[in-house]
Formats: sequence, C-alpha cells, structure tokens
Amino acid sequence: MNISLMVNGEQVEADVLPRTHLVDFLREQLGLTGTHLGCEHGVCGACTLRLDGVIVRGCLVLAVQADGGVVETIEGLSDSGEIADLQAAFIARNALQCGFCTPAMLIAAQDLLQHGGVPSREAIREHLSGNYCRCTGYQAIVDAVETTAQAREASR
Amino acid sequence: MSLSPADLPNSYIGRSVPRPHLARLTQGRGLYVSDLSLPRMVHVAFVRSPYAHAEITRIDAQAARAMPGVVRIVTGEELAAFCTPWVGVLAHLKGLKSAPQHPMAIGRVRWQGEPVIAVLAASRAQAEDAAERIEIDFSELPPVVDVMAALDPARPVIHAELGDNLAFERRLEAGEVDAAFARSDAIVEKTFTFARHTGVTLEARSIVADWNAGEQRLTVHLGSQAPHMMQNIIALHLGLAEPQVRILCQDVGGSFGIKVHVYADDMAVAALARMLARPVKYVGDRLESFVADIHARDHVVHAKIGVSNDGVIQAFEIDDLTGIGPYSVYPRTSAVEANQVVNLVGGPYACPNYRARTRVVFQNKAVMSQYRGVGHPIATSVTEGLVDLAARRIGMDPVQIRRRNLVADNAYPCASASGLKFEALSHHASLDKLLAMMDYPALRAEQAALRARGIHRGIGFASFIEITNPGPAFYGVGGARISAQDGAAVRLDSTGAVICQTSITEQGQGSGAIIAQVVATAMGVAIENVRVILGDTDNTPYGGGTWASRGAGIGGEAAWQAGRALRDNVLKLAGTILQAVPETLDIVAGAVVDADGGTERMRLSELARIAYFRPDTLPPDFQSELMATRHYVPRQYPFAFTNGIQASYLEVDTDTGFVRLLRHWVVEDCGTIINPQLVDEQIRGGVVQGLGAALFEHCQYDDQGQMINANMADYLVPMAGEMPDIDVAHVVSPTLESALGAKGAGEAGTAGAAACVSNAVNDALAPFGVEITEIPLVPELILRALGRA
Ligand code: FES
Ligand code: FES
Repeated sequence: MNISLMVNGEQVEADVLPRTHLVDFLREQLGLTGTHLGCEHGVCGACTLRLDGVIVRGCLVLAVQADGGVVETIEGLSDSGEIADLQAAFIARNALQCGFCTPAMLIAAQDLLQHGGVPSREAIREHLSGNYCRCTGYQAIVDAVETTAQAREASR
Repeated sequence: MSLSPADLPNSYIGRSVPRPHLARLTQGRGLYVSDLSLPRMVHVAFVRSPYAHAEITRIDAQAARAMPGVVRIVTGEELAAFCTPWVGVLAHLKGLKSAPQHPMAIGRVRWQGEPVIAVLAASRAQAEDAAERIEIDFSELPPVVDVMAALDPARPVIHAELGDNLAFERRLEAGEVDAAFARSDAIVEKTFTFARHTGVTLEARSIVADWNAGEQRLTVHLGSQAPHMMQNIIALHLGLAEPQVRILCQDVGGSFGIKVHVYADDMAVAALARMLARPVKYVGDRLESFVADIHARDHVVHAKIGVSNDGVIQAFEIDDLTGIGPYSVYPRTSAVEANQVVNLVGGPYACPNYRARTRVVFQNKAVMSQYRGVGHPIATSVTEGLVDLAARRIGMDPVQIRRRNLVADNAYPCASASGLKFEALSHHASLDKLLAMMDYPALRAEQAALRARGIHRGIGFASFIEITNPGPAFYGVGGARISAQDGAAVRLDSTGAVICQTSITEQGQGSGAIIAQVVATAMGVAIENVRVILGDTDNTPYGGGTWASRGAGIGGEAAWQAGRALRDNVLKLAGTILQAVPETLDIVAGAVVDADGGTERMRLSELARIAYFRPDTLPPDFQSELMATRHYVPRQYPFAFTNGIQASYLEVDTDTGFVRLLRHWVVEDCGTIINPQLVDEQIRGGVVQGLGAALFEHCQYDDQGQMINANMADYLVPMAGEMPDIDVAHVVSPTLESALGAKGAGEAGTAGAAACVSNAVNDALAPFGVEITEIPLVPELILRALGRA
C-alpha cells in the first residue's frame, strides 16, 4: 500500500505492507533506528514516538495508519533542538546507562514537560510508568526531568 | 608510588565526570546490534520447541520452503556438521556433569523454547511466516519440572547417559556445628524459596554473524560482555582458528550477566553464517527471550541458625536445592550460583560453625545461569532472614544482633567459615553510617505511632559481602578459556591526543568513562583528549571483559599502569628534547612542566610533533615509544570482597497484600571510587533489579514445563511509579593490591535489596506473627500468610 506522511519534517512516500507497524517501517524502510523495540506489544514503551503531536506506542500503530500524518522521532526532536536541555540533563545526571530506553523516555518526558509547571516527583514517576528502564532504577531519570522542569520554569 | 592516584594534581579519580558518548545515545544515534544491516544479509527465525520434553518424530518443511523470501531451512542434524556440541562443566567444580548441547535440538527437545529449526529469509517477517508452515510431530515425554521432583527416582532422567538428574553436589563443614546448635538458646529453622526470574534486557539478545568466504573470516556483532571468550568458543566449535573470528561488541541494550553466556541460538547463527557464506541476523523477539535467555535463582534453601540469649550467633546450616534446566550453561556452568550460596552464607558474621550442602539438578525448563549478583541475593536473603528471625526469638533489636555479630572492622585480614579471605571490610562503619542516614530511632517511633492507627510499616536490614575483581579462581583454574587479566594499550598521537584500547567492555556501566578518567589522570591530560576504544577483538588487548564486577578494579588498574608507563616514556622523550633529567619533569594539563614549580616547558602536541615528524632532531640513539601496554590481574587475593548494608522502609496493606516501598538506603564499600555518580547509579540500578525479584519478577511454569507468563505484560518488572528514591553512601576501604585501590560495585545493589525488603515485610507483619521466607512477595502470598486469602 502506498502511504504519504511527514517524518521529521520531510515528506515521505512509501510502499508498505498492510501489517507493517510504524516502528518497523521507520527502522527498516527509512533507517531511523533511534526508535527502539522492546516488546512489540505495547507494554515497555521503548517505541514511543510522536504522531500528529501526540505520543503513541509505535509498535501498536500500523504504518498505514500514519498515512497523511506527521511523525516525529528522536532523530527529529534532536535535530530541531526541541529537547536539547532535557538531553543535556540526562547526560549530566547519568540518567541513561545502556541508553536503549532513552529516546522513548525523553519523548515521554517531554510530553509531560510540555504541560508546563514543575511536576512533583510522584507525577513524573507516574507519567513515565509506561516506559521501562532495566538499568537505571529510574531515580536519575526522575531527577533529570525534574531539573529540566525547574530550569524551564525559571526561564519562563 | 608515594602519591595515591586521587592525590595527583588535576586528578579525575573521585570526580563525577559525565560519560563521553552519551549524547549519541540520547539522540537515537547509537548503533545496537538490532540496528545493524549488512549487504546480502538474511534474517533467521527459529522454530522453538512448544514442549518441555519430547521426541521429534517428523519434520516436514516442504510447504515452508515454497514461501516467499525463504533462503534456507536448516535442521539441527544439518547444522551439526558446522558446529560441534559443547559441555558446560568446569574441572574445579568437582563432580559437575552435563550433557553435550547442540545449537539446535537433534532428536529430542528438553525445554520449551529450545531451538529446533532455523528458517532463513529475506526479512524476519518472511522467516516467521515460513516458520509457521513447518510441521513437526512431537511425541511428548513426561517432563521434570519442579526442583523437588528432579531427584525422585520415579521421574524420568533427562540425559540417560548421565544416570540421574543430579548435576552437582557440594558439602561444606566448618567448626563444631552440632555442638554449637546444642549450646544455642534459640534455633530457627526455615525454608527459603526463591522464584526463577530473568534479566529482561530491554534490547533482546541480538547477533549478526558474517562469514566472509574471501577472507575466510567470521565477524560477529554481538552484545557480549566477554568478546575474547566468545572468539575462542565460536572458533573452537566452528572449527576455525581464533584469528579467523572477530567479535565486535558495540552498543548493547542492557546485559546484567544475561549476555555473558554461550547461547544455542547464537551459536546456531554463527554456524548458519558459515553455512550460507553470508551475513545472518537474529534479534530475539520478547516472547522468545523469556524462554531462550538464561533464567536465574530458582532455589529452595532449608536453613537453620542457632543463637544464644546474649545474641551471639552460634551456627549456620543450609541445605540448598536449585534447578538449572536441562543443560549446564557453557562455559561458565550453572553450578556457580549454588557454589556461591555455599561460600557466602553467614559471610558478614564472625561465626566459625557452618554446615552447608547444595544440590544442583536438571529439569525441563529454560537454562539457568549467572545473572547479576550470582548467588549473593540467595545467600544474603537466607543469612539476613535467619538473623532477623533469631533476633525476634530472643527479643533483640535487628540492629543490636548485627552489631554483636558482624566481623569487627579491625579484625582484618581474616577469613570466613567457608574459607573466603577478606582483606579489609567495614561492616560496623557501614552500619553506623546507615543508621545515621535513615534516622533509625525516628523511623521506629513513626512505625509505632502508625501501627497504633492500623498502618503497618516495616524496617528491614541486610548486611552483605560481595565478590568482585575475580582472578583465575573463578573460571581459569577450572579449564575455561576466560581471561582473568585485562589489558590496556595507551598511545599518544601526533596532536597530543591520547587513545586507550581496553579489553573491558561497555554495557552502560560507564566503562568507557572510568577508563578515560584513569588514563587522563595517569597521563596528566584533560579527559576531553582521551578516547577509549573497547569491544573489538581485532583492536583491543586480550582480556576478560566486563562481568563479575571486575571492570574498574582490573581493567581500570591495567589502564592506570599503561597510562603511567606511557607518561614515563613521554617524560624520557621530553628530557631528551629539553636536555633535562626526566625525573625533574611532570605532565600537567597536557603539557610537560617542571616538577618543581610547575613552569610549562612544552605542550604534548609539540613533543608529539617532534617525535613523529622530526625525529631527525633527536639524538641518533634515541627512539621514542609513544604507546605503552600493561596488563593486570590481582594475585594476592582470589577476589576483592566488598561489603555494605541496605535498609528498606515500606508499608504493607494488610487488606490487599500490596507492598508499598517508601525509602531505601544503601551504604557500601567498593574501595576507591573512580566516579561517584557512576557508582551510585550502578548501586541504584542494581537495587531496583533486586526489588523486582523481591516483589514482582517470576518465570511461572505449569506442571508440564510451560512458562505461562512469557510475555512482558504478564512478567512484571519494576516501573518508575512503584520504585522509591534510594539514598546511597559509602565507606572507603581501598584494596592495597592495586595502585588505584578500586573494587567492584555493579552487583552490590542486587545482593541485598530483596533480603532487606523481606525483612521489612516481616517486620511490618510482626504483630500478626507472620514470617514469610519466599519471594516474590506478591499480594496473594502475603494475604495467604495473613490467613486472608
Ligand atoms: S515495543 Fe512498543 S511498547 Fe514495547
Ligand atoms: S538505560 Fe538501559 S534500559 Fe534504560
């Protein structure tokens, strides 16, 4: 099936199988390997990306469902500089070890931060509970998100 | 050396320097094995056994061969011509037996998930489609599932040639155990049960193997912790010479011990690449990870402690039984965890009377082997559980009984009842620090006040010891070709940049960062000028890799020695250029300076320029050497023991059985700390893995040997919302064996987390007289113990 969509600001036309999910399409057909797969059934959150401005689990979305849509992945969010401060906070706080969960974790965290204000640690933990991390134990991630929220609030 | 590394000017030792390369990973620019794609690459999907124990009576792949994209379909018999079987035994684990294991089953399957047929196709999806069309007839055999059943003569023997299902047995007797129990005022006897769980690395195991027939070389991209070990083993079983195999370990999506073993499916992929003479890629899907990755634990420990009324522990006794699946895992075996349990029980305490037995049995479940903490969580849970229950019997506070029995901080060097040698530990200093951090009296007061309102909170402690920096005693003496030493090669390039090749590997711990810190400090250069190369058997010194908490202590020391050696070479060259005595010079911030006064004499970039481009200006008999290589292995002690103590504060809902973790504290002593932030994050990550085991993680099997929760939705792992903040502090007792004095820190968190949670749950439920000695502490278990299920 032919689909046409915007991926990280670039118009993409592609031929996909109806059963191909969005992440396989991004990874295998577009070479965007920053979006990861941890379970392929909607549990671990490693495949989190933005579709039409909303975060979704890319493994639960078929590529054909993104036809006509706007997809933003970690590659796009990095190049645009939208989450540069959050990425810097993750690095400074060592909020990633193997880094496999990180692109999705950043996108999920940015989704929370976009609501503005400084969320409580509990709210951060709650929001990120759909994103598994097997390495860090989460505290450093919570710290990095909290620090970013505070810095953004202070510069508002 | 007069100066300790941390005292050097501009030292990076002890500083929380951010890891290089992290930006790449935050931007989605990592290169994990699952991301790789090579020209002519084919994908493999395995047809795995749906049964725990069965004969394969017929295979029909006719329809599958005609499916689109299919390149080849290979059976176990066919692949056997390309890969010899292996047996996972080690000579020093006396009596350990196992059977030859092939990459794919031949004739009989022995666990649900064992690879049976490989389907190679242009895409993974096509390989899976074809795999569904393969017909295999199985004739089911009765499975051995429960560890208790494995030794029952009425149950089948999994490998007839071995005679029975007992893989290994070890007994240990120290001191006067019977007399010690006889004089005890109180004896506690309990059975501790530890569920099977697994690593659930977020990136499933992945491999790309590429046989280049033109070069007659196999390049294997693999997230292994031990590249040289894998080089040896793949070469050995594929009938190649070691130099014909190159292992590349780049970004790895988590490991924790899961990716240090030899897996049947990985060996199959290497052999398939050879067979097809083209790159073959395998990425485990999550469903197969649960039955194909090693599992861990699965112990039932009958245990006993004797204590006198004054709180002195008189004796420990354990009888451990553990199930390892149908094969002992190659080459590290599946008996090491049980062996560790025997070695470690009672380890923090000054009690000479100890009797232990462990039995390791075969069963028709997924293979079991070493995972983060190896034996420590079992030994710590048993020891600390017994100590708390003993304290309860004699009416003593858990802190008090530990104070009375922990080995005194001034007693070192000394040995445990099981013969472990301790250079210097700090149990009491650690306990003091922990109590201050948690404000113990205030917590007890809060607990009492809340209890009066029907809120049940508990406080639990767990002292522990941890084996780190293993020398050859772990594997080498048993005949495994797993290097005990590590190496580092450090060189100065023409611009003054420093490059270090190290044999340790990176799975996210920060190996690259600590090597850079050590080399920068040893050399006297800015860390930005140091680049670290690791994870490539073609381009690093030969060595063991990163496992058993050895990266910093062994690999770090090799890097230190290499950096110092290169520094000496540089100063020799500088002395020649500057007509100065090398001993009067030093290197600070990338420049040669006068040791006395610090006046800059020349930049390293200028020195390197002369060495490489204008050696004609140097005396004719002088040859500069701007690369130095050193290796290191500890000699004095077989292991560098670390110690620590953890505490948990939690609340148990006695109506629902839910446990809510409130706080967690850790004090540990890993000697010299190279990077405090990295150590703390290793501890936190390790604690949370231990908390997962304590509360959620469980590979559940039915009585037919089917894992019934082999998916991410039903196998629970810790999520951000359920985990507490974890306070970490340190006592520092460096090992005097090495210049750096660093010991390992990667497993300490996992060693004690479950033990202190169990103790805290029992503390919370003390008013109900409940004593639970089983993990995971799921709500049903707690409600059952409360008589409310
Ligand atoms: S890969 Fe999509 S949720 Fe796990
Ligand atoms: S950093 Fe490894 S899974 Fe999160």
